[in-house]
Amino acid sequence: MASAKSVTRRAAIVGGFAGAGWLIANASSLTEDQSLDHVFRAVEDWTKTAQRGLLYRDRLAREYSPADISPTFKPNGTYNPGTDEYNAHVARHFANWRLKVDGLVANALSLSVADLMRLPRRTQITRHDCVEGWSAIGMWTGVPLGLILKAAALKPTARYAVLHCADNLTGEPAKGGEQSPGQYYESIDLIDAFHPQTLIAYALNGKALDVPHGAPLRLRVERQLGYKQAKYVERIEITDSFSRIAGGRGGYWEDRGYEWYAGI
Amino acid sequence: MQLEQVRTESAGFWRRQWRDAFGPISDGEGFYRHRVLVRLTHWINALAILFLLGSGLNIFNAHPRLYWGNYGANSDFAFLSLDAVDAPTGTMGITQIGPWHFNTTGVLGWSKAYGEFQYRGWPEWVTIPRFQDLADARHWHLMFAWVLVINGLAYLFYSLAVRHIQKDLWPTRADIQAIPGSILDHIKLKHPAGDAAKRYNVLQKLAYLGVILLITLMVLTGLTMSPGMDAFFPWLLDLFGGRQSARSIHFICASLILFFVIVHLTEVVLAGPINEVRSMLTGRYRIPRNSKEHS
Repeated sequence: MASAKSVTRRAAIVGGFAGAGWLIANASSLTEDQSLDHVFRAVEDWTKTAQRGLLYRDRLAREYSPADISPTFKPNGTYNPGTDEYNAHVARHFANWRLKVDGLVANALSLSVADLMRLPRRTQITRHDCVEGWSAIGMWTGVPLGLILKAAALKPTARYAVLHCADNLTGEPAKGGEQSPGQYYESIDLIDAFHPQTLIAYALNGKALDVPHGAPLRLRVERQLGYKQAKYVERIEITDSFSRIAGGRGGYWEDRGYEWYAGI
Repeated sequence: MQLEQVRTESAGFWRRQWRDAFGPISDGEGFYRHRVLVRLTHWINALAILFLLGSGLNIFNAHPRLYWGNYGANSDFAFLSLDAVDAPTGTMGITQIGPWHFNTTGVLGWSKAYGEFQYRGWPEWVTIPRFQDLADARHWHLMFAWVLVINGLAYLFYSLAVRHIQKDLWPTRADIQAIPGSILDHIKLKHPAGDAAKRYNVLQKLAYLGVILLITLMVLTGLTMSPGMDAFFPWLLDLFGGRQSARSIHFICASLILFFVIVHLTEVVLAGPINEVRSMLTGRYRIPRNSKEHS
């Protein structure tokens, strides 16, 4: 006769293997019907907490030397927003482009590219890592976002900077919930917004940003992946939550299943 | 050989198999081989590696090209790529390794997924999930990466504390001298019996230590691909020669782990699958007797 202990152990072994086999057999359908969504979200939270625990505020991303710059900096996502309005801006060399800063701020701002170029600038040679796996190194010049936000004077309830963009990336359906529009947007929290390497960039490799790379203004947030680096930025909205914006997950790709915290 | 003798030997063989599988292990021939934490972490590790390999190949499909150095994208030289190329006879899957190109239509580069040919680095039957989705594959990958790391650390701390690694896995001087003999034994598919079966042979020790090293490299190269981790541990980039080198090493180590798994499973089958698998489930291992004892 088997003892009670060995029966329990046998049940644990059989149960463990049955569970693992079930998970392997159903991995695709579990992904498709999003039944593990809350588990994956918890994992994303751990990752973010772990990385934030290590990355105290001003820890810098590596900066490279001019010799390390990629011969070709691959553009991705939108290559040209192509709307009538955007084309008109291109024709006028973005002379009338405005970067608005509003939401939970005491001083709403509306800045031209020329205004931004008069502000203190930072130039950094950093690596852009696409979530797909490739990397490109380029030299970015722009205004630290923290300076702009200080000028706007954030209200105490401010938590996120949401970047609204001029490009519309339709074609990729949103996952779950409401179908969100294709207008590109991104969001970062204030830790990243005030990081010294976080820029509203207007130049790449010493030249004004070209259209495929996000002319006239784009975000650089160097400790996160490529999809966070919003291009064609026209408005920075300071909010306490992004749940009411578009698909509610804080960004175009986030609404399509990607992590909001893109540090890995 | 007389027919009668063959019959008796054959019956003896099947009796032994049956007894090995289901019979009780009597005193003297049973041996407590694997501690419970080692067994538990072994199976969790196996599951994590299965999911990490499958989801890793799905992630790889988002950009099926490998580079060396700090940067690398489509216009840079890739030392390995899986591509779909239009030819007069139809689209072909082309695998490129350095200067060599191979037609891998149907498997690599261009293969059927859900009944239709698609541009896919790796085919649907090796990726998790089956369908191509970078966001979903990353969720599985990062979840099981946590499982691998926590489980691996539990194994390492425990095994160092109870001196499992030092006593059972670390090769002795005698082991090193026995390498040529052990290679010969493996080629002849000769498996140890009696007291020798209570210890790992030297190739086994090196293989297990090797896979611990490979998993460590997987975790470190995986972290090197994280822009957040690079800001905290910039030395990771120097250790592996850049983010794209780290990504390539990640892939190479994954291939070596797959190779280990294949050899490992082959050895389990050759050495007696029931006895081996049972010992990894219950801890008890039946020591194979020397052939002269049971002839």
